[in-house]
Amino acid sequence: MGKEEPRIGVFVCYCGVNIGGVVNVPDVVKYAKTLPNVSYSEGNIYTCSEAGLASLKKAIKEHSLNRVIVASCTPRTHEPLFRSACREAGLNHYLFEMANIREQCSWVHAHRQEKATKKAKDIVRMAVARATWLEPHDEPELEIKDTSLVVGGGIAGMTAALTLADQGFKTYLVEKEPELGGNLRGLHKLYPTMQDTRDILEPIVKSVKANKLIEVLTSTLVSDVKGYVGNFKVTLSSNNEKKDVEVGTIIVACGAKNYTPPKGLYQYGVFPNIMTQLELDALLREEKIKKPPERVVMIQCVGARKGEIRAVDLAGFPKSDTARLLAKILKAKKEEGWPYCSKICCMNAIKNAILVKDKFPQTDVIILYGDVRVYKEYEDFYSMARESQVKFIKHIEEVTPEIAQEPEGKLTVTAYDALSGQELRLPCDWVVLSTPLIPHKEEVLLARMLKIPISSDGFLMEAHVKLRPVDTQTDGIFLAGAGSGPKDVPESIVSAKAAAARAGTLMANKKMRTEALTSVVDEDKCIGCGLCEEICTYGAHYLEDAKSHTIAALCRGCGACAAECPRRAISMQHFTDEQVLAMVKAALTEES
Amino acid sequence: MMQEAKVEAEFEPTILAFCCNWCSYAGADLAGTSRFEYPTNVRIIRVMCSGRLDPTFVLSAFRWGADGVLITGCHPGDCHYVQGNYMMERRFAFLKEALTHLGIEPERLKLEWISAGEGEKFAALIRDATQRIKQLGPNPLKAT
Repeated sequence: MGKEEPRIGVFVCYCGVNIGGVVNVPDVVKYAKTLPNVSYSEGNIYTCSEAGLASLKKAIKEHSLNRVIVASCTPRTHEPLFRSACREAGLNHYLFEMANIREQCSWVHAHRQEKATKKAKDIVRMAVARATWLEPHDEPELEIKDTSLVVGGGIAGMTAALTLADQGFKTYLVEKEPELGGNLRGLHKLYPTMQDTRDILEPIVKSVKANKLIEVLTSTLVSDVKGYVGNFKVTLSSNNEKKDVEVGTIIVACGAKNYTPPKGLYQYGVFPNIMTQLELDALLREEKIKKPPERVVMIQCVGARKGEIRAVDLAGFPKSDTARLLAKILKAKKEEGWPYCSKICCMNAIKNAILVKDKFPQTDVIILYGDVRVYKEYEDFYSMARESQVKFIKHIEEVTPEIAQEPEGKLTVTAYDALSGQELRLPCDWVVLSTPLIPHKEEVLLARMLKIPISSDGFLMEAHVKLRPVDTQTDGIFLAGAGSGPKDVPESIVSAKAAAARAGTLMANKKMRTEALTSVVDEDKCIGCGLCEEICTYGAHYLEDAKSHTIAALCRGCGACAAECPRRAISMQHFTDEQVLAMVKAALTEES
Repeated sequence: MMQEAKVEAEFEPTILAFCCNWCSYAGADLAGTSRFEYPTNVRIIRVMCSGRLDPTFVLSAFRWGADGVLITGCHPGDCHYVQGNYMMERRFAFLKEALTHLGIEPERLKLEWISAGEGEKFAALIRDATQRIKQLGPNPLKAT
């Protein structure tokens, strides 16, 4: 508890009728006044309105409140607003607490008004118990180095590097292959403009190489990452040569790769003339087609949106804890297939169908699909394909089409028409498989080094799917391109520019404040067992002189160390044992 | 149904739910936004990660009279802090064992993974847990 006696103010929000229509707010306000350490309470029609906030700030001053509780909605949306109101009234914002009586009370108990009022009182009592133990905290300030590292030299990585350089930041661009360009190097033309990929790629590669602020490092991998936002120490390795760089921010643009079916899936690798869309792309680009095919059958969603993958290479994963859980995910993929839609395959198939038709107008092109997902302007692209006589047949996806070999290099695809339910036998020359975009295997190791969670689809996870799409959970590390999920070229560019803007903002400010949600070690209690160092995902604990220490900038505030410490020597600021236990006790004790 | 209504009149359990800030607490919020109704017996305590849960939080809850405790976190592989939920899973196995030795039915403690998008799952968990704990009756420690 702080040195001064807690003087808690409780502000109960009606939220119009959202809370007030179910919970008896005046009753809760009255009840709050009876709780220990509560000096003041009031009801507000909308606490978050200008009038509500003004009243809150006024009460803080008039009643010398040193703890504030707003009983209203969820802290996930409104905590920042009320925290800033507290700051404006001169109160440290870590002395603010929210009691969620809307999402977790009035909205789920609309027909049990009496019980909901009792529950709201309990929730307020729990918040009061916790608030009594709240402490003010300063947010540490960090210096941010004005150099960035971009991992991955595909279209996203190059765009991010160029955008950063345009803002005047020195940038290292690391690519594991000997050349820049990523997936685009293997592509022939791009939908929907049908531009030659080389015409797009070459000028970008040139300007990246010519830019004095960008240092390109090809055939190079990231082998170690230490440090934290503003001060990352990254080890890069190339042919056994190591190079250390110090950067303030990191953009991960590691991309995704086209899934190659295992031998035997749809007779791939067994019969000739069965290829992936990527292989057809290369065939069209190299103009090596000797004899125009009479018919081409394309099959969509091969190994995607359903379970038919049999081969995912698990070799090469270290056997540590994280790797084991990732291996679990990949094992599930092995059994179930990649469940998501890669969203580029429909357009890619349509593009290649049109290209085949352009080249060989006599060739019959059939696309067997479960669903065609063409959005925005791509609807026109689909119509264009239909006008050039590309045939779209919806087949019953649950029945895997069978492919048989016929004399003279011909093939027959047998599938079931979804509309008539009839068997379709399609003699053809080529079968083209549309396969999904999947994560690179190396991504797993990179994710571990950077402490970025991996989603159940196997891609790098953003900090918030809607609100923070290019941020990661690790401060100073941002995502660009298909590494966080399938993206086409414009989407990759958008995310790359967004990531560069986010990284640029940090570096331009030169300094940042981090949340005080960090662990603190009580050296008197610490016995130097090192368990915290062992379990910390972020490397935020280290032992020195047989005592554990926290590196605040690395600590993300999960609190696992506080839970594991056998001597209870670690305290998780703002979620201390006392604060949590006070809530537990208050929940179970009617009169505290 | 008649019998259930009778049981409800006799005993209203108090259940604590620990929710992680990123997934299950957001799932509980979504249940609210979606207006999925559930019984009023649960009191939610927010922590940043299920990995923060010290086993003593759970044991103290039972000692102070909780009739049930729910621990919720992000799905495997989705933890905001990479592996906090796995740490919780390990402690959960220990907690179940410890409860048995203390004479508390281990069914009073439940671990469930709930994502920010699973409001219905959260509501269903509360409905099921409330029903289940009503059948078990009050926390046996309360009688002593």
